[in-house]
Amino acid sequence: MIALPKSLAAPFSPPPTPGVLGVFGYLDTTLDAIKKLRAAGHTDFTVYSPIPRHEIEDALGQAVSPVRMFTLIGGIAGCSIGAWLTLWMSNDWPVVVGGKPVGSIPPYVVIMFEMTILFGALSTILGIVFNALFAKRREGSILYDPRFSNDRFGIFVPAGSDSAAKVESLLRESGADEVRRG
Amino acid sequence: MAEHAPATRVTYDYVTRTIARTLGGPTRGYFLLLAAAVALLSVGVVTLLFLLRYGLGLAGYSHPVYWAVYITCFVFWVGIAHSGTLISAILFLFRSGWRTAVYRTAEAMTVFAVMTAGLFPLIHIGRQWYFYWLIPYPNERGLWPNFKSPLIWDEFAIGTYFTVSTVFLIMGLIPDIAAVRDLATGWRKKLYAITSIGWTGANEQWRHYTRGYLYLAALATPLVLSVHSVVSWDFAMSIVPGWHATLFAPYFVAGAIYSGVGMVITLLVPIRKLFGLEEIITVHHFENLAKLCLLTGSIVSFSYMTENFVAWFSGNPAERAAFWYRAFGPYWWASWTMNICNGLLPWLLWSKTVRTNITALFVISIFVNIGMWFERYVIIVVSLAGEPYSPWANGVYNPTWADWGIMAGSFGWFFMWFLLFVKNFPAVSISEVKEVLPPPRKKASRMGAHA
Repeated sequence: MIALPKSLAAPFSPPPTPGVLGVFGYLDTTLDAIKKLRAAGHTDFTVYSPIPRHEIEDALGQAVSPVRMFTLIGGIAGCSIGAWLTLWMSNDWPVVVGGKPVGSIPPYVVIMFEMTILFGALSTILGIVFNALFAKRREGSILYDPRFSNDRFGIFVPAGSDSAAKVESLLRESGADEVRRG
Repeated sequence: MAEHAPATRVTYDYVTRTIARTLGGPTRGYFLLLAAAVALLSVGVVTLLFLLRYGLGLAGYSHPVYWAVYITCFVFWVGIAHSGTLISAILFLFRSGWRTAVYRTAEAMTVFAVMTAGLFPLIHIGRQWYFYWLIPYPNERGLWPNFKSPLIWDEFAIGTYFTVSTVFLIMGLIPDIAAVRDLATGWRKKLYAITSIGWTGANEQWRHYTRGYLYLAALATPLVLSVHSVVSWDFAMSIVPGWHATLFAPYFVAGAIYSGVGMVITLLVPIRKLFGLEEIITVHHFENLAKLCLLTGSIVSFSYMTENFVAWFSGNPAERAAFWYRAFGPYWWASWTMNICNGLLPWLLWSKTVRTNITALFVISIFVNIGMWFERYVIIVVSLAGEPYSPWANGVYNPTWADWGIMAGSFGWFFMWFLLFVKNFPAVSISEVKEVLPPPRKKASRMGAHA
C-alpha cells in the first residue's frame, strides 16, 4: 500500500461522528421513527435502506435531487458540441458531397442527437457521483451495519453525549431491534 | 408492479443470499464452458493474425460483394445488444415489475454484444491499424470526416451506445456490489469494497441515485431506437435495390429487439438452471420474454411482407428483380431460412403451452438467432450479389475459412466476457428484485407490494 501524507489522507478517513444507530427489521417501524425524529426537531439524520422506498422519501420530505440540472446542462452542451463539430469541421475544409450544401443540417442532426445523449448520460453519472458519493462529507464517518444492504433498515442520528440517551429511547420506542452508540 | 404474488419464502434475505451464491466457487461445468469460449476466441485471434499478415483477400470477397460476413456479424451483434436496453430502460420507464429479474443479464449482454460488434467494422476496413482515421481529430492532412456519410453517424451511434450502456450497467451494479461486499470475505471483499465506491444505501445516496437512474433510462430509450436506425441507414442511404427503403429504420429496430430477446432467452435458460435461480427467474418471466419475442417477430414478419409488396406494387423493375433474385436466386436457401425462422416460427408463441415451456422456448430462441443472422446475410450479401442495375457484373459470394474463423471468434469473445461477468458480479439485480417484493412490515398491510 502507498502511504499517503496525513493531510492528503484526511478526507478519506474523517473522524467518526458521535451519534446513535438504530437497526430496524420493518419498513413501518422505520417510518414511525422518522416521523418521531422529525417531530422532535432532528433534521440531520441518515436513513439506510436496502432498496429505495417512496415512503421513506415522503417521510423525510426530501427536495428533488439536483441531478436533473446535470442532465439538462450535459444534454444542451452535447447538442451544441455536436452542431459545432459538424459545422465547423465541414467549413474548415469545404468539400461538396452529393451536390449538397457544405454545412447541411439534416445529416448533422444525427451527430447532434448522439452527442446530446452521450454528454447527457455522462454528466448524469457525474451528477450522481458528485452528489451522492463525494459531496456528502459525513458519509464514511458515521456508523454503518452490513445488514443494511441485505434486509434491514437503519437510522443514524448524530448526537452528543448529552442528547444520545433521549435519541436512544426514541428509537427503541419506535421499534428498533437494536440500538448502539458510536 | 406487484404483478404476481411471490412465494412467501422469497424474502429480502433469501434474494440476497440466492443471488450472492451465484458468485461462489466455480464448478467444472463453468470452467468447461469458459474453456470452450476461449478456444473459440483463439480461432478468431489466429484468423485475425492471418488477415493482418495477408490482407482481406483471405475472406471470400468477390465482385460485386464487398460487404459480407463481417458486416453481417456487425449488424447481428448490434442487434443482439438492443433488447438489453429495451428491457433495462424502456420497460423501466413503463414500470413493468417483471423486468427486475432479467434485466441485469440482458444489460450485460448488451455491453458485451456491442463490444463484439465494434470489432467487426475495424476488421472489415482492411488496414486495421488505421482505424483511428474514423475519429475526428486534427491531423497533418487537415482533413475531417465526412459527416454526411451514414458510416460516420454509425461510429457516433455505436460509440455513444457502448458508453451509455456500460455506464448504465455499472450504475445498476453499484448497490448490488455493496450487498455482496457485505457478505464477501478475502480478496473479493476488497474488490467489491473498491467497486462499490462507498455505497451504503443512505437516503442521501438513494435520492440522487433513483433520479439519475430515471434520467439515464430516459436518455437510453431514444438512444436504443436511434442506434439500429442509424445502422439501417448504412444501407438505406444508398441506392442499392433491397437496401434503399424508408421502412428500414423501424424494420431493423424491431428485428434487433427480436433477436436480442432470443439471445436473452438463450442465455437465461442455462444460467437459471446452473445457478438454481428458479424462484427468482420464474416461468412468468420467460412467458413475458416470449410475448416480447412474439410482438417484435410479428413486426418483422409484417416488414417482410411490406418489403415484398412494395417491390411488386412500385412497378420498379430493379426492385422487382432484386426481390425475385432474393427469393428464387442462388441464395434461395438463405432467404427461406430467414422467412421460416423469423416469419413463421414466432407464431408458435401464440400458444401459452409453448410460451410456458422452457425447453421449447430455448429451442425457438436458437432458431430466432439463426434466422436473424440469415436476415442480415440476405439483406447485405444477396442484395449486392444480385444487384439489378448491372446484371452483367453479378457474382456469387462464398464465405471462406477467414470469414467463419472471425465469426467463431466473435462468439468466443462474447461468451468469454459474459461468463466472466456472471461469476464475478451479480447476474440478477439484488436491489431491484427486492423492490417488487412486499417490504417487511410489522403491521399487516392491505395494500400489498406497491403500498
